[in-house]
Amino acid sequence: MRRISDKIIQISGNVIMVLAPGVKYGELALVSSERGDSFAEIIRIEEERVYLQVFSGSIGISTGDKVTFLGHEMRVHFSKNLLGRVFDGTGRPRDGRPSLNENLIQVSGSTVNPVKRIIPSRMIHTGIPMIDMFNSLVESQKISIFTTPGEPYNELLVRVALQAKVDITILGGMGLRYDDYLFLKNTLERDGALSRSVLFIHTAADPVVECLMVPDLSLAVAERFALNGERVLVLLTDMKNFCDALKEIAIIMEHVPSNRGYPGDLYSQLASRYEKAVDFEDFGSVTILSVTTMPGDDITHPVPDNTGYITEGQYYLTNKRIEPFGSLSRLKQFVNENTREDHRSLMDTMVQLYAFYQDTKEKKAMGFRMSSWDNKLLKYGNLFERDLMDLSVNMPLKDALDRGWGILAECFEREETGLRTELVNKFWPKEMILCHGEDQTYQDSTEKRKRQPEAL
Amino acid sequence: MKLDSNSENHKKKRWGMIVGIDKNMITVQFKGTLKQNEVGYAVLKGCRLKSEVIRIMGDKADLQVFEETRGLKRGDLVEFTDELLSVELGPGLLGRVFDGLQNPLNELVEKGGFFLPRGTYLTALPDDVRWIFTPRVRPGDSVEAADIIGTVPESIFIHKIMVPFYLSGRYQVIDIAEPGTYRKNEQIALLKDGRGGRIPLSMSFQWPIKIPVSLYRERLDPVEPLITRIRIIDTFFPVAKGGTYCIPGPFGAGKTVLQQITSRNAEVNVVIIAACGERAGEVVETIREFPRVTDPVTGKSLMERTIIICNTSSMPLAARESSVYTAVTLGEYYRQMGLHVLLLADSTSRWAQAMRERSGRLEEIPGEEAFPAYLESIVANLYERAGLVSLKDGTMGSVTICGTVSPAGGNFEEPVTQATLKVVGAFHGLSRERSDARRYPAIDPLESWSNYRGIIDIDTRNRILKLISRANEIDQMMKVVGEEGISLDDYLLYLQGNFIDSVYLQQNAFDRVDSATSSERQIKVFSLLMDILDTPLSVKNKEEARTYFGKLRQIFLDYNSSSEGSVEFHENERRIKDIVVEHQGDTSQVGKTSLRSVLVESDLDSHFRRSTSMKATGNGSLTIQKEEDEKDIR
Ligand SMILES: Nc1ncnc2c1ncn2[C@@H]1O[C@H](COP(=O)(O)OP(=O)(O)OP(=O)(O)O)[C@@H](O)[C@H]1O
Ligand SMILES: [Mg+2]
Repeated sequence: MRRISDKIIQISGNVIMVLAPGVKYGELALVSSERGDSFAEIIRIEEERVYLQVFSGSIGISTGDKVTFLGHEMRVHFSKNLLGRVFDGTGRPRDGRPSLNENLIQVSGSTVNPVKRIIPSRMIHTGIPMIDMFNSLVESQKISIFTTPGEPYNELLVRVALQAKVDITILGGMGLRYDDYLFLKNTLERDGALSRSVLFIHTAADPVVECLMVPDLSLAVAERFALNGERVLVLLTDMKNFCDALKEIAIIMEHVPSNRGYPGDLYSQLASRYEKAVDFEDFGSVTILSVTTMPGDDITHPVPDNTGYITEGQYYLTNKRIEPFGSLSRLKQFVNENTREDHRSLMDTMVQLYAFYQDTKEKKAMGFRMSSWDNKLLKYGNLFERDLMDLSVNMPLKDALDRGWGILAECFEREETGLRTELVNKFWPKEMILCHGEDQTYQDSTEKRKRQPEAL
Repeated sequence: MKLDSNSENHKKKRWGMIVGIDKNMITVQFKGTLKQNEVGYAVLKGCRLKSEVIRIMGDKADLQVFEETRGLKRGDLVEFTDELLSVELGPGLLGRVFDGLQNPLNELVEKGGFFLPRGTYLTALPDDVRWIFTPRVRPGDSVEAADIIGTVPESIFIHKIMVPFYLSGRYQVIDIAEPGTYRKNEQIALLKDGRGGRIPLSMSFQWPIKIPVSLYRERLDPVEPLITRIRIIDTFFPVAKGGTYCIPGPFGAGKTVLQQITSRNAEVNVVIIAACGERAGEVVETIREFPRVTDPVTGKSLMERTIIICNTSSMPLAARESSVYTAVTLGEYYRQMGLHVLLLADSTSRWAQAMRERSGRLEEIPGEEAFPAYLESIVANLYERAGLVSLKDGTMGSVTICGTVSPAGGNFEEPVTQATLKVVGAFHGLSRERSDARRYPAIDPLESWSNYRGIIDIDTRNRILKLISRANEIDQMMKVVGEEGISLDDYLLYLQGNFIDSVYLQQNAFDRVDSATSSERQIKVFSLLMDILDTPLSVKNKEEARTYFGKLRQIFLDYNSSSEGSVEFHENERRIKDIVVEHQGDTSQVGKTSLRSVLVESDLDSHFRRSTSMKATGNGSLTIQKEEDEKDIR
């Protein structure tokens, strides 16, 4: 069944063209050059001309090299033996251990029938108030960390992975700096989490096209684990690099770019990956947390923009904090109703007040006189940032909510917050005594934090 | 007698051969004749992939495949059907969930389990349901397309069985079925055409989705408001039965939630939801929840008035383009029965992008942002399929179309938003600023507009909008000169604007009561609001004024979430009135004068000038949005 072609007619960018009858669209081929073997995938058929995208790039490929069509699409091994292993962007071992060649599954999967989906209902607790309290992460959610190079996004990613009580973590790295790869791997290892993780790692030193398969490999494996009843968390970092690889191929194939050089199908390409997040009723689930770096902190850049239209929210990480503005978990309303009755209203109110605080801060910066209300807001904003927003804060949701009320009570009168009377009556801390107590707890938790500097 | 409505077109099979494949487009060599938009099936081991002809050049045709093309190869066969891409019309559509090609998704579960099986197509209408048929014509009667020949009860309506829309000319009824139960494919009537040809009819027939159904007597001006029970819409930016409107907004601003609330509460007969290229999870909420929610009007579940066309973002791209047409065709079918239909399409940008990808693959000359040059006319043609019509029997029916738009970068200047703004009757622009501040629904009162008549007379509506606009100006001014830099008069205006915003424009979608406000309640609350604003206020300073409005707001929010007529409702209403009376000053006082001056004197209606100019020229003022967005995300 294997067809071989030994005449490469065109080499352009990372795409080669050969004459080959009878091959199938999407089929995989092996290109053997002096640099070794590389996988290539058929991306267009035009009469007898067949275009292939070469994963390891076209450098060093000669027109006389052999192209062997394999008769099948991209596949990957699937079994429990994957756990604890590290692979590269084409599924070859990166950890020096033997490759896994049996039990192969197709990488390109089918779409889940929408009517088989269920309404998400389980919150994933992370211990980060800006997530748990303000934008809860939900099992089967797809959500991205929007950030800029230099922010501690990989730290945040791995911290969520470690605190979230999922069964299996799959890490897909695209264009990772080697240091970051080591950091992620070592952190998982130190925590004992590596043995329930699978890593597909493409580093910045690897050929660009190889990163294109990372999300598909990660998600194909995740989906299988989920169908076996496991709750899987997929971490993808950094999707900006994935999009850039797509852009590169599109340009070589002479597709008309739609926006800043990115192809018009960027939305569909991203959506087909992110939509793999799912909760299989009575089985397991796939949750996707990705990183999207924004060039120049520009959220209107096509990559974050298209991502935002696809994911179920985003965490906006800037200045080493998750900002309440710009951050959004669209599934939070499915879970924050059943946490505690004050959760929703308190969250909304605190964010609104924080917005007022920012206005006031601006006014203050311009040198205006501060009214008594302004002063309250300033105090509020500072407490909010210190006790809830700071990334080093680590506390369960219940404590975060209590702290929220504490902050309100320290800054405002009961009727100033716009919270419903019935909630105020129930949750507003009882006068001075409790206020003092709150301070106490705050100090305690600072102490604790100081003792665990590596928490983040 | 059994009858297959497709069989009449049955001709000898024609075949083509695949010579090229590029993603979801195949190039096929063929012999003989071929129709533009004809359906063909690419034959793959074990399944057939539905495709549509989109270009013919010489002996080659390009087809878009409604499935993944993996595994196809050069030389594979394509079977042509001679039929345009069509949907099946007949009883049994309500309450169902279809993909963009009208495949019933619940029935597909039996074939594919958790996943959508490739190349599997099922008939849209159930074959085995027995409908209770009552004839409405007699042998000898003369009929034409869309005339009613009988009825069957379908969930909440009497479903009218009509002469198929594709028959032209007049026919004589030769035979009509007795009252009784029939399946959809059984013959229920026999017609005779002018030349003596006999045409058997069943209860269902096919209609090509890209061709509008226009079998009405007259298209009318959409004058009757369509009540959505969303205050900011019904009171300030109303929509009309048979009208069109759009909801553009950056991601996460609340487009989908707004449509979801509308799909629950809108006062229409049938709601068609076209989930077009968006998240599957969002449709699930509707699919799972609607069957459990009772529609107060019909007393049955909401699902029984709903049809969902679900072609979400990871489903085949070409079918995404069709999904909107499928939805509107079903809408036109129910309109033909004298019903009011609301079509909610989320998102028309994804639909336009599907067209862009197709156009790119055809290597057509790209227009702005690589959209095809004919984008505008296609968008216009779609919205033109909305309309209030009077039918031949004198009854009225309507299709209202609401499309969300997802502009790249949240910038309304992009081609899809602009093309849409030119053709719709109302514009509900969502702003990042409002959604970030959790002011939901995030419809921007300063940018949105409506050309339709609503439940509040236009002058009053404009007065309040002007007040809000003025309050916003003062707010901006305060950012520059500080609170101390403005007069108490202005400060009061600012507080009033803010007050209206928080107790009336904003509406809590998750509150059982507040999420839907009937038109009667809107009128009542609005007049209470007007009373408050018209009452002269005695306050000594800004602090006092702020406290007053703070208190009022608190009670008003409680009022909004207490169900009408309940004890709390009256209690809250009384408390509001008490507070107002308590702070009432005499007419000479500042509050009164200032309100009058801004609302009556000022004839510089900046708000409406801006809106109409934007509509007329289709450009310009909307860009203001952008800087604000950027500032917000910082
Ligand atoms: N009326 C509302 N009340 C409360 N919350 C809302 C409301 N509208 C939107 N939201 C919040 O905003 C989130 C995003 O809303 P929605 O999904 O409708 O955005 P969208 O404009 O459709 O975005 P996209 O273009 O990405 O699909 C919701 O998940 C919800 O948390
Ligand atoms: Mg949406």
